[in-house]
Amino acid sequence: MSDILTMCKTVLSSLRKKTACQMYPIKPAKFYKNTRGHITIDPNKCILCTMCAKRCPTRAIEVDRAKGTWLINRYKCITCNECVISCKPVALRMEIQYSPPGAKKDIELYNIEKPTPKSAVPGE
Amino acid sequence: MANRTVIPFGPQHPVLPEPIHLDLVLEDEKVVEAIPNVGFIHRGLELLCQKKPFQDMVLVAERICGICSLIHGVGFVQGVEKIMNLDLPERALFLRVFWSELSRIHSHLLWLGLAADAIGFESLFMHSWRVREMILDIFEETTGGRVIFNVIKVGGVKKDITKETFTRIMKQLDKAEEEYKQISEVFINDFTVIHRWSGVGVLSKEDAVKLGAVGPTARASGIKSDMRMLKYGAYEKIDFEPTVERSGDCYARAAVRVKEVYQSFDIIRQCYNKIPEGEIETKVTGFPNGEYFSRVEQPRGEVVYYVKGNGTKFLDRFRVRTPTFANLPPLLQMLAGCDLADVPAIILSIDPCISCTER
Repeated sequence: MSDILTMCKTVLSSLRKKTACQMYPIKPAKFYKNTRGHITIDPNKCILCTMCAKRCPTRAIEVDRAKGTWLINRYKCITCNECVISCKPVALRMEIQYSPPGAKKDIELYNIEKPTPKSAVPGE
Repeated sequence: MANRTVIPFGPQHPVLPEPIHLDLVLEDEKVVEAIPNVGFIHRGLELLCQKKPFQDMVLVAERICGICSLIHGVGFVQGVEKIMNLDLPERALFLRVFWSELSRIHSHLLWLGLAADAIGFESLFMHSWRVREMILDIFEETTGGRVIFNVIKVGGVKKDITKETFTRIMKQLDKAEEEYKQISEVFINDFTVIHRWSGVGVLSKEDAVKLGAVGPTARASGIKSDMRMLKYGAYEKIDFEPTVERSGDCYARAAVRVKEVYQSFDIIRQCYNKIPEGEIETKVTGFPNGEYFSRVEQPRGEVVYYVKGNGTKFLDRFRVRTPTFANLPPLLQMLAGCDLADVPAIILSIDPCISCTER
């Protein structure tokens, strides 16, 4: 008889407990400090050094120094964190929220002011 | 002699999480022969090594499988490191063992849940996955991912765990083990489970040796085969004894996995006590030139990595022999002579991972 009642302890104890699931849309999802969500850029800090584009294993990031643009394809990005590590001026950051779903595979483009070459600074 | 009928089984079937097709040759209700057919999700990952630098190949190796992703990374990285003669800091090796054993717990709990679902024990399935969720939370907290962890790199690991976090995680794991204890008793003692699995799909010790079974499938047939006994990485500092069962049926294969989860909890505790302070990576210079066979133990069994470098940043050849590939011939042996109704339970008992097999 006891061998068909083995599950009883678990079943009875879970009657008293709250649900184990998170009621997701009502309660916001739980993230940790380390969670790899999506990459954000601070255009004021970026110096267009192209290190992030060189280190990107999926070539999701493209940097054009001539035009002064930085673009990311979120559908190619695997959030491996390599660009954030390689970014010397700390313009890139890893946010804990996942990037939202979209109906179209858009590319996010940022215009970045080209840093003035040192020799061109007037007065030098 | 009764008429023979051929029944196609898969690639889509309620018990199968992944696509494998079997042509079952039946005489009345008995399976005489099973002819397997794989190749539905071949992705050609092995050839990518000629296009991706060897550091980036770790990311590809992790994506071979969604369940044992971390140990795939460890296997590949270990091959490259042995070619390059790198001396790794001990803390990195211990962290790899810590995450590998967490992977094993989460893979076994996933399988136990799926197996309970396949025999119609829905509530047990839900409770197994509830405990697995606690393990996934620990993964997300320490590595940043739930399935693809991205912490292994050539020359060490990418993330460290602080002392306070480690202590807190150990408390969470104690709680998870307490919860798991109740569920594991059901898998071992429940009438329904025993009735459904004992004597089903028996693989004798001789057949297991002859057909080259690996992992829990081999250990359930009484073979003491566990690649962790090779003492790779930090396993040389950890005491453990492989779990072995004798009967070789589906129940024995489940029992091996149930007991291995306790063993993994124990190994993690040893890791926590023995882990030294220090660096987590070494500097990697140069390119791999040479070849190496790397063998590691996955939740499903032994995985063999062959890595060949030619002195450039691209590898010449990269080959993986996964545990499910090795366990397919024993599976066909188990299927011959069984009842048609037992086929789903037997297929699930080897823990098939078809994505791994087809790479």
